[in-house]
Amino acid sequence: MQELSVQYVSEATRDPLAKHRRAKGRHILRDLWRYRFLYLLALPGLLFMVVFRYIPMPGIIIAFQDFSVAKGFLRSPWIGLENVTRLFSSPDFWVILRNTLTISVLGLVFLFPAPIVLALLLNELKSQPFKRGLQTVYYLPHFLSWVIVVSLTYFFLSTEVGVINKAILALGGTKIPFLLDSQYFYPMLIVQGLWKGVGWGTIIYLAAMAGLDPALYEAAQIDGAGKWAQIRHVTIPGIMPTVRILFILNMGGLLSTNFEQVWLMQNAMILDVAEVIDTYVYRTGVTMGQFSYTTAVGLFKSVIGLILILSANWFAKRNGEEGVW
Amino acid sequence: MNNLAVAYKSRYRARETVFQVILGILLSAIAAVMILPMVYVVAVSFTDATIYVPNQLTFWPSKWSLDAYRYILAGPGFTNALKASLFLTIVGTPLNLMVTAGFAYALSKPELPGRRVLLALVLFTMLFSAGLIPGYLLVRGLGLLDTWWAIILPGIADAWSLLVFKSFFQSIPRELEDAARIDGCNDLVIFWRIVLPLSKAPLATFGLFFAVGYWNTYFSAIIYIKDATMWPLQVMLQQVVLTAAASRFLSSEAVAQLQLMQALPQETVKMATVVIVTAPILLVYPFLQGYFAKGVLLGSIKS
Repeated sequence: MQELSVQYVSEATRDPLAKHRRAKGRHILRDLWRYRFLYLLALPGLLFMVVFRYIPMPGIIIAFQDFSVAKGFLRSPWIGLENVTRLFSSPDFWVILRNTLTISVLGLVFLFPAPIVLALLLNELKSQPFKRGLQTVYYLPHFLSWVIVVSLTYFFLSTEVGVINKAILALGGTKIPFLLDSQYFYPMLIVQGLWKGVGWGTIIYLAAMAGLDPALYEAAQIDGAGKWAQIRHVTIPGIMPTVRILFILNMGGLLSTNFEQVWLMQNAMILDVAEVIDTYVYRTGVTMGQFSYTTAVGLFKSVIGLILILSANWFAKRNGEEGVW
Repeated sequence: MNNLAVAYKSRYRARETVFQVILGILLSAIAAVMILPMVYVVAVSFTDATIYVPNQLTFWPSKWSLDAYRYILAGPGFTNALKASLFLTIVGTPLNLMVTAGFAYALSKPELPGRRVLLALVLFTMLFSAGLIPGYLLVRGLGLLDTWWAIILPGIADAWSLLVFKSFFQSIPRELEDAARIDGCNDLVIFWRIVLPLSKAPLATFGLFFAVGYWNTYFSAIIYIKDATMWPLQVMLQQVVLTAAASRFLSSEAVAQLQLMQALPQETVKMATVVIVTAPILLVYPFLQGYFAKGVLLGSIKS
């Protein structure tokens, strides 16, 4: 009896929070029970998220191993930073990095502002039924797959069946191998990106414009502002928060390209400008089995992406603007 | 003075009309650029083989034919690919919708203990991912390679859809749910009977997104599926249209198919394949188009 009480006292003195923790444990159980149906609803989604997004994360360690599928994660030998050194010392890597950045920067320059301009134009249209009809057409290409878009490119630009080349031939010229010449590769990506995405990109800006207070425009008109002045001083400042958030989110994807688009447009003739990080990881990782090395490449991409998005957000906040979080 | 104001007004109106007309023409031209390539492809796909001349520019066939379609629909490759795409779309879409909506509903309840942790878990997946290879090794380790599940399961409950659904659920008036709770309904019943019926717009929008996503699956299919008989339509389309130009992974089956095609002009067969693969999207699109314009997406930007 005395022993027991001594034990009890000593436990309490050694760990004064134990009792509190036990109470908290009961809290958790009670909460779990009380909200059991909500947790039940969350469970499948949480499970998918943990299994397919979080369980692969420890798998990143194979970037520092000489991983083989037969040996598995635990028995593959450690090789430290060998893959990272290999990555940075490989001339291929710098070419791939340059190609990736070129495509992303071109995207930021051409594809990012295009929907803003189109939305500003659509917003000036008075006739609502006409506007709705146009929107229906503009959104459509977004729903077509990249295989379709690249197929259309082939139908228009190839030397075999391309409409443009048929027209050139009909006008007495000679065919141009657009798809096999590296100088046309980036312009083609931009045109495809515009065709597929410019209309869809307007949705978010049009919604932001619809949310602007009409009183602002009335006040501007009373002050004698014309159409251009209203766009410049009311509409554009009004959608700036949206623009900023989308820009920050875009920054995180600076090392990501659209795999399907680039992969489908690639061929042996233009690989020097067309190989990007994503396609390189697929080609050497999945099809050639160099899992450790390509995991290191993927890790490089993820880390840079994380740094970029966090610094873009930090930068926006430092300048007194609203960040994403 | 009064006359001046009227004159000024009418001149302003005239200028406004000119502006509207020019703007209308410009925007219509953009719309034409988006729609005409598809019209051209449809027209050529129906061109009769007897009048087809390679290297000649034709925009509208003078003689129509369904031969290209008959040829494609008869092939075993098409039936297999259609089966795969239908499975992905019909199984994947409702599964993804239910899982996403359920998780998002729980996340939308501020009083739920642990909500912040769950939300942080969701948000972090937007910032950082393990990359392609660890994900591939996981799917491989789970024995999902060469199954359609490898395409469906890893993409379920993505952060962006969750956040849009969550902010939509938060906009539903609490009183409706509270009334049901007083009547003794539990959260499952409330979710099923009250919340989901009020969520037709996001359900239709994301139903369309998910369905189109599964129908358009290409990347996941070439990563996870090596068995050519299990490839979905997009991979078949890529084989038919693009491999002749850039022979990357041409299976012997595809070579045989291409040789068979020599009888018909390849161009019409290729274009007919594009039309068949796109048709379901074009058919569904007008009906669902109204939903996603309703600002459902606005919530996504800040939540």
